[in-house]
Amino acid sequence: MNAQIQFSGGFQNAPIDAAHAFRVAMTVMARPGEIRSLSGSQPPAPLSVAAGTLLLTLCDPDTTVHLAGATDTDAVRQWLTFHTGAPFVAASDADFAVGTWQALGPLGRYRIGTAEYPDRSATLIVECDVLQQTGAELSGPGIRGTSRLSLPDGAAFRKNAAQYPLGCDFFFTSGDKVAALPRSTQIRAEG
Amino acid sequence: MNEYNFAYLDEQTKRMIRRAILKGLAVPGYQVPFASREMPMPYGWGTGGVQISAATLTPEDTFKVIDQGADDTTNAVSIRKFFEITAGVETTEETKKATVIQTRHRIPEAKLREDQIIVYQVPIPEPLRFLEPRETETRKMHSLEEYGLMHVKLYEDISQHGAISTAYAYPVKVSGRYVMDPSPIPKFDNPKLEMDAIQLFGAGREQRIYAVPPHTEVVSLDFEDYPFEATKADHPCDLCGAEDSYLDEVILDDTGNRMFVCSDTDYCRSRRAAGHVGRLAGEGAA
Repeated sequence: MNAQIQFSGGFQNAPIDAAHAFRVAMTVMARPGEIRSLSGSQPPAPLSVAAGTLLLTLCDPDTTVHLAGATDTDAVRQWLTFHTGAPFVAASDADFAVGTWQALGPLGRYRIGTAEYPDRSATLIVECDVLQQTGAELSGPGIRGTSRLSLPDGAAFRKNAAQYPLGCDFFFTSGDKVAALPRSTQIRAEG
Repeated sequence: MNEYNFAYLDEQTKRMIRRAILKGLAVPGYQVPFASREMPMPYGWGTGGVQISAATLTPEDTFKVIDQGADDTTNAVSIRKFFEITAGVETTEETKKATVIQTRHRIPEAKLREDQIIVYQVPIPEPLRFLEPRETETRKMHSLEEYGLMHVKLYEDISQHGAISTAYAYPVKVSGRYVMDPSPIPKFDNPKLEMDAIQLFGAGREQRIYAVPPHTEVVSLDFEDYPFEATKADHPCDLCGAEDSYLDEVILDDTGNRMFVCSDTDYCRSRRAAGHVGRLAGEGAA
């Protein structure tokens, strides 16, 4: 049964599915607050379809992955290893990390890049119960005026943005929905 | 369809490029290093743009390539054919129909939409390179936001020529942080850098990718007493009569006759199709 989970649930047609998935990932990263559908993989629980698809699209033996909290199961490890070959590491060494907001924290554990290479920072995939265009007010690059997104935290993301151009970047996933929050986005509390 | 993987590059290379694009979008204007591949065309022919297009295209896309505004030059035709063969995508010369536009040194005259992506071919991505040849130093200058040297360069332009004489690759500051080379587009195009579409920049030989998300503040560097000015030849297009488009000057003979035509061939063609007529349109010049 384990082997069944391990070998199935990948992309049916990797080049095409990955191209579609990346277009969605790029669109939400370029337009913080926008929510799009992202599917193509059937990852083992507790990974959502969107989180699993993001991992298949962006991870390979060159990228380190941190499984936070409940996502660190044998089934998830075997599935990701079979489909991506990505090595699993602790939070402080991760290029990508996936889990709920509670499991991922505290944010200070992740790499934020260096002054000369701010791109050498972690990308966090935050599994959420709901994803809505309500809540915190976002502004900055990619946003015409302002947009809104249901963020799991306020202060932590504001602190992350204050480190710009250093900092982590975030994808938020819920079922087959995805949104993103790059470090360049300014966040104002719900009001 | 053919023997190539979709869009030529292997999947691991595309993932590496895609990760660089995402980091580039997260830090607008910052040059992300990437492991540029050998492409079946020489460096300097748009290998950076081609690799970004390969990592970005989906089978449903409609692809347009322009070279200094023209759809019909060697570079544009060969890159268009490359992706027709390797990705099986539709291609077009019409800016409005395209979803992904790869460009060398121009931004189309038609306003780009939210659902479009423009990919720039970049020869030298580092705006400070001709002022400071060492990469270790320019990296430090970017990290410290130390851009005084660039203003000195623009000031020397003024002291020598009475005006900022930089006419293309005019430096811009993106989102109040990074000074960026917008690729050698004429400074006439600089105001268009604040647009609705996603802008991706690829330098293949120099192995850099950078990006500007939609609706991002892009300011052309200038001085209070010498403000930035988007200039063009003071002339209407001789084929379509357009007064608002960037023009190429074409020498007609050795007695000094010349004509000015739109550099954006699709813009010029669609205007002529709509009945606009320029000074020399009736002389079979088209």
